Amino acid sequence: MTDTPSLADEVRALEEIVRRLEQEDVDLDAALKLFEEGIARLRRARETLAGAEQTVQSVLADASGTLRSTRVDL
Amino acid sequence: MTLPLPFGPAGLDPAEVWSVSDLNQAARGLLEQNMPPVWVRGEVTSFKSYASGHWYFTLQDGTAQVRCVMWRTWVQRAKSKPEEGAEVHVFGTPGLWEEKGEFRFTATALLRSDQLGQQQQQLEATRAALTRDGLLDPARKRPLPRYASTLAVVTSLEGAALHDIITVARSRWPAVRILVIGARVQGADAVPELVRALRTVNRLDADVCIVGRGGGAREDLSAFNDEKVCRALAAVTIPTISAVGHESDISLCDLVADVRAATPSNAAELAVADQREVRAAVDGLALRLAGGLSRRTRLLSERLARTADRLEAGMEGAVRLQRHRLERIGAQLDALSPLRVLDRGFAVPMTLDGRVLRRRGEFTPGLRYRLRVRDGDVPSRVEEGR
Repeated sequence: MTDTPSLADEVRALEEIVRRLEQEDVDLDAALKLFEEGIARLRRARETLAGAEQTVQSVLADASGTLRSTRVDL
Repeated sequence: MTLPLPFGPAGLDPAEVWSVSDLNQAARGLLEQNMPPVWVRGEVTSFKSYASGHWYFTLQDGTAQVRCVMWRTWVQRAKSKPEEGAEVHVFGTPGLWEEKGEFRFTATALLRSDQLGQQQQQLEATRAALTRDGLLDPARKRPLPRYASTLAVVTSLEGAALHDIITVARSRWPAVRILVIGARVQGADAVPELVRALRTVNRLDADVCIVGRGGGAREDLSAFNDEKVCRALAAVTIPTISAVGHESDISLCDLVADVRAATPSNAAELAVADQREVRAAVDGLALRLAGGLSRRTRLLSERLARTADRLEAGMEGAVRLQRHRLERIGAQLDALSPLRVLDRGFAVPMTLDGRVLRRRGEFTPGLRYRLRVRDGDVPSRVEEGR
């Protein structure tokens, strides 16, 4: 799996962190830890967002059932 | 006798005269722009199949007839040659054959009417079987992933659908990975190829699967009404989007898939998040994260300030109490002070070296002593010969 599926996880976790910071009565240490975690997740989410354009692959299962993929040029 | 013409050749502007070609071209344009593709029912006569592969025939009912042509590309997709006199349903576009000035219907699909009835029955039977097995149950529908990164696309490698899906998906999310599992979508091989392709999807590491094709005549969508294809689609382990035909066509695959898209482009929109929107959402979260921390520190500093206030107030209270006690003790001490007694008019006799004279016997005649009064000492002496 590529890195991008974790984008959904990153964003979900970020939303939870922000919710806790905004609503819960967390102590300062915990708040700082949450903040640091949030920053790390933000960075990864932004890296994923900046990912390069991917090629299109054509996938074929041959007679033996082996998958082969070839690049599709458009 | 000759009748005068309304306009004589002399008054005619040559630029206003149409050629036959102009006329036919204009009429053709009118027809093609204003008549959508339609289904026409009629009886086949004068059927001719040419070596080029094209079919020419006439469709008629009791009172009218129309010349029809079906080009080779579409002939290949038709199931069988119609017999002379057979009633058929033909899908196509009305137009004009300019060379002959002939009104003509260009067919893209042809079905024998009796087969059409069979097809309808087959469709209902399949729908009933799928319903019985719960494959059309809305409760089965899975939600699409929020941010799909890998897209599996089952469609024809040649069709416009694939091009549309790729273009739209990439414009929304350039980094999306697209895996195409090619399958013929019409003709005799369509069913086994679609089934095989859908099974292949389960061996890939994709987030969402689009299965579909562009629009066509109803017959061309038949593979997507096939029970085997529907069951293979239901067995796909990742969420599925069907995009079969144009918006007005609904196939059984549309009912089996988790989500039905109106068109292949629409399927790509549903499958792939718009990167700009996600970026904006992430930026929003970044702001809220910073805001959340500053709120937390602000709350703490406010609490700290309140605590300091209370501490100070507490300290003040304690000091005030001590001071008060001190004052009281001072007052007591003050009251007990001998000087206070002097204030009230008493005097204390003392020897010159400061010893208090308490008894009468201590006042020996001629003794010099000091009498301590409020504001000082009075030198005194005990009278002689007392």
